[in-house]
Amino acid sequence: MNNSTAKTGIWRVIGASSAGTLIEWYDFYIFGSLATVIASQFFPSSNPTAALLSTLATFAAGFIVRPFGALVFGRLGDIIGRKYTFLLTLVLMGGSTFAIGLVPGYERIGFAAPIIVLILRLLQGLALGGEYGGAATYVAEHAPANRRGYFTSWIQTTATLGLFLSLGVILLTRHMLDSDQQESIRKFNDWGWRIPFLISILLVLVSIYIRLKMSESPMFMKLKSEGKTSTNPIKESFGRKENLKMVLLALFGATMGQGVVWYTGQFYAQSFIENVCRVNFDQSRTILIWAIVFATPFFVVFGSLSDRIGRKWIMITGMLLAVLFYRPIYKQFLELTNVPALEKTMTASVTEQKQGYAIKHFSNGFSYRENETDSTKYTEKRLDTATYWKFVLLVFIQVIFVTMVYGPIAAFLVELFPTRIRYTSMSLPYHIGNGVFGGLTPFIATLLTTVYTGDKLTGLWYPLIIAAICMVIGAVYLSAKTDPNVND
Amino acid sequence: MNTIKRYLGIAWILLGPLSAAYLVKTAIVEISAKPETNTIIQWLVITGVFLPIAAGMVLFGYYAFRGEYDNN
Repeated sequence: MNNSTAKTGIWRVIGASSAGTLIEWYDFYIFGSLATVIASQFFPSSNPTAALLSTLATFAAGFIVRPFGALVFGRLGDIIGRKYTFLLTLVLMGGSTFAIGLVPGYERIGFAAPIIVLILRLLQGLALGGEYGGAATYVAEHAPANRRGYFTSWIQTTATLGLFLSLGVILLTRHMLDSDQQESIRKFNDWGWRIPFLISILLVLVSIYIRLKMSESPMFMKLKSEGKTSTNPIKESFGRKENLKMVLLALFGATMGQGVVWYTGQFYAQSFIENVCRVNFDQSRTILIWAIVFATPFFVVFGSLSDRIGRKWIMITGMLLAVLFYRPIYKQFLELTNVPALEKTMTASVTEQKQGYAIKHFSNGFSYRENETDSTKYTEKRLDTATYWKFVLLVFIQVIFVTMVYGPIAAFLVELFPTRIRYTSMSLPYHIGNGVFGGLTPFIATLLTTVYTGDKLTGLWYPLIIAAICMVIGAVYLSAKTDPNVND
Repeated sequence: MNTIKRYLGIAWILLGPLSAAYLVKTAIVEISAKPETNTIIQWLVITGVFLPIAAGMVLFGYYAFRGEYDNN
């Protein structure tokens, strides 16, 4: 095979793997992105915070079950092969997502509604637990040794792009259901939220078609032809000290820090801007969309850089920067949207006076709703252009931290484990780190603010502490050397 | 460096039970203060998920202390 044929081959592998993985992330994140809408549909409560927490718990359930998906599908992937296993996860994910879009609300079928949604969410989590390890392993086992970080970094972009796609589809759907925007939003909250779930089936079908045309990983095929595949990958991965110690190292020295940085920068940031700073629904999402657009190429930059200078210090630096800058960044979010402070420098004029509230705006274009009776006095803030782009910059910086910790990590995990148990061994620490530590970040951070009510930045202590511990463990125990031979 | 790795192992061994104790204590206080289904479920989920991870941290510390991560 000449060089250009090999290059075409690897890009086909990356394209087919990434498309499916991106769709799985999309499916997984539309649920999180629609947490408040889903809360009103499936979780009966007069208290919106309780409803939101219930949804986040359902959201959290999807994350908690991911390590189990890693075990189930990782085992399959190490026994029957990578290709058919991550084809199966795609079908499971697509089917569950589509079904969520069909479940009747609580008003129609009572408590069966949240229970069905919870079960489907668990299936989504199981599927995702099996997907990522397969895709990363598959690409890495096709990639040349000296460019493994670069090629696997394309798979690393899919989680962020899946989030980007979910936000984009939600915003588009929310505004295109009626020519009157208020009516469009009402329709979206009533039934339109189902559309992003339902259209995922089309994306999944396309991806299944592409994946069916792929061939099995060459390393796995070689192992299989020699009869060297594992018969019990779970026992081999976690029952042997030599491998278990590497699983623990991967979790505590890399993936748990990566997980909290990923979810703080891209999920908690959006949640904080919307629920604590009280920026309106659209802006809180478009800010994240812009930040993702500008920062996503850096996954490839840092993945590629890791081929030259090693994976370890890029990831550790990402965690260090997150620990140092999270509090100043979130403090800025609060200061930039502090209406009483802004009123000291500018005069607000009333543009609309209604029963119970007034819409006011400053001369620079910043507007907000001032409520008379609501416990939250200033809501529905619409940022002026300069403040809006400052927010984009602050989120962009956080996503850069994400690209540093996440860009090189697939190659790092692949190189840590042998081929015969790679799918199982790398999937578990990844999904405990990314799914449990990371995925629970918005949930735990929100919970912390209800325990320690005095400080709006209390929620940040969770990612700060986890990232700091992981950084120390990674810096001390991880090897800075890159293993060129994954054919073992 | 190997000595640092081993001594830090003791810190990880201690971190496991300390974080577990903090978690359980906070869960008990919060559930007692607000004994509602929502509160109970949330804290049970968090405790149930993180206690095994705390045990994993102890095992990691033990391996570190025994020199399993030493540079050869």
